[in-house]
Amino acid sequence: MDLLARLARIAPTATATTLLAAGVGLVAVTTGGDRTLWAAGGLLRVDALSAYLLLVVGAVALTATWGGLGPPREPHTEVRFSGLLVLFLGAMTLTLLADNLGVMWVGIEGTTIATAFLVGHHGGRAAVEAAWKYVVLGSVGIAIAFLGLVLLYAATAATGEPTLSWRTLMAHPDLIDPGLGRLALALAVLGLATKAGLAPMHSWLPDAHSQAPAQVSALMSGVLLSVAFYGILRLQAISDLALGPELMRVMLVGGGLLSLTVAAALMVAQRDYKRLLAYSSTEHMGILAIGAGIGGPLALAAVLLHMLGHGLAKSTLFVVAGRILADRGSTRIDHVQGLLADRPALAWPFLAGMGTLLGFPPGALFFTEVAILFAGWQQGLGWVSLTTAGLLVVIFAVLARHTLVMTLGGGTRAAKGPRAVAEAGRWAATLPLAAALVAASAVGFAPAVQPVLESALTALAGVR
Amino acid sequence: MTGATAQGVALGAGALLLTAVLLVWRPSARSAARLLALQGAALAVLVLTLGLAEGDAELVAVAGLVLAVKALLVPWAIASTSARLPAGTTPGRSPGAGLLWAAVLTTVAFVASRPIVAASGETGGAVPVGLSLVLIGFLVMLGRRDALAQLVGFVVVDNGIATVAFLTTGGVPLVVELGVTLDVVLVVLILRILVHRIQDTFGGTDLVDLQELAD
Repeated sequence: MDLLARLARIAPTATATTLLAAGVGLVAVTTGGDRTLWAAGGLLRVDALSAYLLLVVGAVALTATWGGLGPPREPHTEVRFSGLLVLFLGAMTLTLLADNLGVMWVGIEGTTIATAFLVGHHGGRAAVEAAWKYVVLGSVGIAIAFLGLVLLYAATAATGEPTLSWRTLMAHPDLIDPGLGRLALALAVLGLATKAGLAPMHSWLPDAHSQAPAQVSALMSGVLLSVAFYGILRLQAISDLALGPELMRVMLVGGGLLSLTVAAALMVAQRDYKRLLAYSSTEHMGILAIGAGIGGPLALAAVLLHMLGHGLAKSTLFVVAGRILADRGSTRIDHVQGLLADRPALAWPFLAGMGTLLGFPPGALFFTEVAILFAGWQQGLGWVSLTTAGLLVVIFAVLARHTLVMTLGGGTRAAKGPRAVAEAGRWAATLPLAAALVAASAVGFAPAVQPVLESALTALAGVR
Repeated sequence: MTGATAQGVALGAGALLLTAVLLVWRPSARSAARLLALQGAALAVLVLTLGLAEGDAELVAVAGLVLAVKALLVPWAIASTSARLPAGTTPGRSPGAGLLWAAVLTTVAFVASRPIVAASGETGGAVPVGLSLVLIGFLVMLGRRDALAQLVGFVVVDNGIATVAFLTTGGVPLVVELGVTLDVVLVVLILRILVHRIQDTFGGTDLVDLQELAD
């Protein structure tokens, strides 16, 4: 293997580590003092919210790239694959750091461009089909978002100096023409919801996330959806100030409940475990949308923590799913029965990840989901909390049943081979996954987390 | 707004709408590439008119960019793809029904853009044309289950959004414009490669054949 390919192989992991370190450093700098760092003539900025999201991207990306490090590829393929992954991470970073909403849009569209060929990487009919749906629907959605931003820009034109700067819009929400602003923000959020995988614009997601290679699925489900949702949070903040909370509350709670319903319905009879995980992502984006729609400090803090907890659990699960696929050669749930007896080094991380995802304590998702339901009750949206809780119970039962079938059900079907050697290697490879899942539990208890989330919410409220 | 500017805007907007309607009427890939080139040129004329009227050198430069990308590069990408495909692979719905839909959508666009027209300056009167392009683009994408037709529809949607942007505020800030243009070009080139892959894998660009993934 030549040097370039060897470098390329570690490049995504190195980039992820750098992002995580930068995220931790910037969180430390921005927490507490309401500090905002500016660059590129005000186009880019780091406030406590973008710093926190950068940390989330870094942590999930490290899990996905390190954990998903498969066998070496052909040098040529390795360079291309890694190059696109690094570009993908870069586009997400641009999205988080952009203050100008137009630049943020460019970053989000950049993620589609970088991942287009990653989704279809494996080739074959299914991969080509998934890539086509992904790029077409993703681009159309994001085009609608751009129309929304263009109209938002026009809605500020009457004041003489039109702007797309988030900070300016937050400081002067009265600049926005209410009639046009309503249409503009609704279209922009609708477009971003497509990228965030929220129903009814989710139909590309199960195809793309199930066909992509493990590392890519882990990144797309674990963090790209949340980055798109971060864009929605920024727009919601503007909308709430300029137009009142009703518009976004209706859109987000409606989209969230629909996402949970669609996910539950399509998970029940699901036969493909990668698609099962993909629908679970639509479910969790639905939870984020409901939390954001409910609003208030408790629900929003839970939304931010949920992004981290879900990202770590989901990226772990997609990485394990990739290893199961490599072992069994099939993505069908009924082809994977009895994993616990045959492949404990695959079954245990899968069970632990699924436990975190299902919201078992001490995982962070337990606390965030309870907090969102409780906040809904507090805000007088008891029916939303009740409906959400009911759908979550259904999804819990469905996911638990599929998980039990995969790990415990049926007889052994494993091919016999140099099993002990392979098992030892698999245990070693669980290190990044174990680290991710421990982190997903620890963040619920670490005393440092609360001020970080509070600072991020202060930044989101535009108070300086 | 001087008479010359008004005429330039009217000419550009009229040509944009006409090419969009013709795209619905003559859906073959080869004529689509030519019509998109005309549409891109019409958009460039519109931007040039606005730039000259406001004495805005930046906008005049953007007109050149629009001409290069939307009148030359993108239509070339589509024409060269259609040359690779066997002729006559895209049976559509009847042209009459398509034209009827285009008329309905244009009416909808005129009604829906009233708040935009009210909030924008004197060139805002032509904004409904941009919104019509967006809706007609969606019509082209949804109307025929064909990969190349969806690519053409996407380009029309994008032209429509650009038209709205230029007519309401003289375009988005330059740095955003450059980023958006780059993104759109890359998406078109990616979709073009995917059309080739669909052709090679499925033996045609009919999206009805894409049936591998469903629940």
